[in-house]
Amino acid sequence: MNSAEFLLWVRGPGLNIAMVIFIIGMLIRLLEIFMLGRKQNLAELRGNGISAGLRTIFTRSTPADKNSMRRSMFTFVAGYGFHIGLFVVIFLLMPHIQLIQSLLGFGWPALPTPVVDLFTVIALISLMALLWRRLTHPVVRYLSTPQDYLVWAATFLPLLTGYMSYHHLWFPYSWLLGMHILSVEFLLILFPFTKLTHAFTLFISRWYTGMMAGEKGVAS
Amino acid sequence: MSKATLDRGVQILKEHIDAPTAAYFSSCVNCGMCADACLFYTETGDPAYTPINKLEPMRRLWEQEYTLVGRIKKLIGLSKPVTDEELGEWSDLVYHACSMCGRCSMVCPVGNDISYMIRNIREGISAAGYAPEGLIGATTRAVEIGSPMGITMHALNTQARNIKESSGLEIPFDREGVDYLVLLSSMEVINFPEYLEAIARIFKQAGKSWTISSEAFEATNSGIQIGVSDIARELVSRVVEAAEKLKVKTVVSPECGHAYTAIRWDGPNLMGRRFSFKVKHIIEVLDELREEGLLKVEGIEESCMTFHDPCQLVRKGGVIEQPRNLLKMIATNFVEMEDSGKMNWCCGAGGGVSAIEEAEGIRLKAFNRKKSQLEHLQVDTLVTACSNCRIQLEEGLEVNEMDIPVVGLTEMLADHLVEE
Ligand code: SF4
Ligand code: SF4
Repeated sequence: MNSAEFLLWVRGPGLNIAMVIFIIGMLIRLLEIFMLGRKQNLAELRGNGISAGLRTIFTRSTPADKNSMRRSMFTFVAGYGFHIGLFVVIFLLMPHIQLIQSLLGFGWPALPTPVVDLFTVIALISLMALLWRRLTHPVVRYLSTPQDYLVWAATFLPLLTGYMSYHHLWFPYSWLLGMHILSVEFLLILFPFTKLTHAFTLFISRWYTGMMAGEKGVAS
Repeated sequence: MSKATLDRGVQILKEHIDAPTAAYFSSCVNCGMCADACLFYTETGDPAYTPINKLEPMRRLWEQEYTLVGRIKKLIGLSKPVTDEELGEWSDLVYHACSMCGRCSMVCPVGNDISYMIRNIREGISAAGYAPEGLIGATTRAVEIGSPMGITMHALNTQARNIKESSGLEIPFDREGVDYLVLLSSMEVINFPEYLEAIARIFKQAGKSWTISSEAFEATNSGIQIGVSDIARELVSRVVEAAEKLKVKTVVSPECGHAYTAIRWDGPNLMGRRFSFKVKHIIEVLDELREEGLLKVEGIEESCMTFHDPCQLVRKGGVIEQPRNLLKMIATNFVEMEDSGKMNWCCGAGGGVSAIEEAEGIRLKAFNRKKSQLEHLQVDTLVTACSNCRIQLEEGLEVNEMDIPVVGLTEMLADHLVEE
């Protein structure tokens, strides 16, 4: 397989396979969650659970309070750095928006590529910092399973290959681009079957927690 | 209760995995932030005490039973089944080293309500036969004698008689149609008899009618702490039946956090029906009296005071402003503890920890959190509204040679009532 054929495959059949697995896999995961159901709360409510649940979906993106932030400072800084960087790279880079437009039929304005490049670097550095913490911090190391390292690598690779493609580092561009797309496909395939699902399910978690606390009159 | 076995434990655990639990396990990214919120971790530095780790057997069971990949892995023998020894080992983590304070649930960035799951994993671990001795004893006494500490009606009658003799106040038993059915915790009856006299005085001044049921005076619910829903239901039903028989409007939970949670929030769900009466914590009732102008106090405490928020009142109950409103009536020099209100740190003895003898070491270690909060503040008096917290605070302060009196809010208010 030469680089042109490789690129053709990852852009065509490869992407289709990955997308199908991702979408069906995620639907199964969501069904698995919701089918378990939950008991109705019969206690007299102190507050509106629905508005509290919706509120928590947003507020959990920020620290609970100043002291909690201070205690988990490293995770907050690196976590924000990584997630914001990743978000900008996925959704505000011109070629990505063009791809989305070709799939969905609509797009939005992009950020200048050098700016996105900066966010890529922020995301990469943050991810490395998080890996370092995973390997060295007693609690995080204790909790970590092989899967944590697998999803770390699966997230790191698309960012790294994207960065390398943009800067034409070390390999021919078409191979780099092909590797970049392939690594994204790898990520998509892993997604529904690993804790990468948190990107979706965290909204469900926050919703339930916020709602249950809100019914007791507590802003969670 | 049928015989405790691993099978039963696993079965019960499975029954307690619901949609929120599945969402929580799906979302956890093993970031470790919940550890920073848990006093059992911060005061010991032991990573095993990380809140989410306390659920590991339940997490694996969820994965193996309720996810596609987990089921495939189980089929081809790639997954590690939950074992008897493991549940035994986890007993220490979920009973000794967790007070179900809910602090972890406030900080988890993906929004996991970890303490909600701990409440549920206890059901499975107790069904497998690994509940701690101390809690089994308390639960047995609660079922058989009517109180986890073995207090009988006889003891309560004696106390009522003593109050009558010393203050002339009548403690009303089994009156129908009154405003309040007052519940007590055995801790209070034994350690803080002043509480009963305090409410007698306050309700008299406010002109409210009240009673104690001789059939159900105990408010705490060991069934919830140990995690046996059948027993929890039986204990709650005694209160519900008494309240309905006496046709009261409101059932008043004493100064006890977990008792409040048990009746106010878990009660109707255990019974499977809504209550025909209201359930309020005594502090809520007192704050209502204050609002209605029925709580008349005089004199001001000048010593520097702070308030220890019982976890079950703030984080699990939404009673946050009420104690502060009340304190400000009689204290000019009131200071807030760091992280006060809904982020307050647990005293270290909640959720049944205080009933477990073997947990004494870790319980007193956990107290170090409160100790450093208090050292920081330098107050003369520590006020709280939970007798379980109060005992732990008193013991912790004594062990650490800190001379700070601990006072119950209800009694303090009663001491300031305008004499009529
Ligand atoms: S804070 Fe939440 S996401 Fe992080 S390890 Fe604990 S439970 Fe998991
Ligand atoms: S509920 Fe409280 S004691 Fe239990 S794990 Fe969470 S923070 Fe720790």
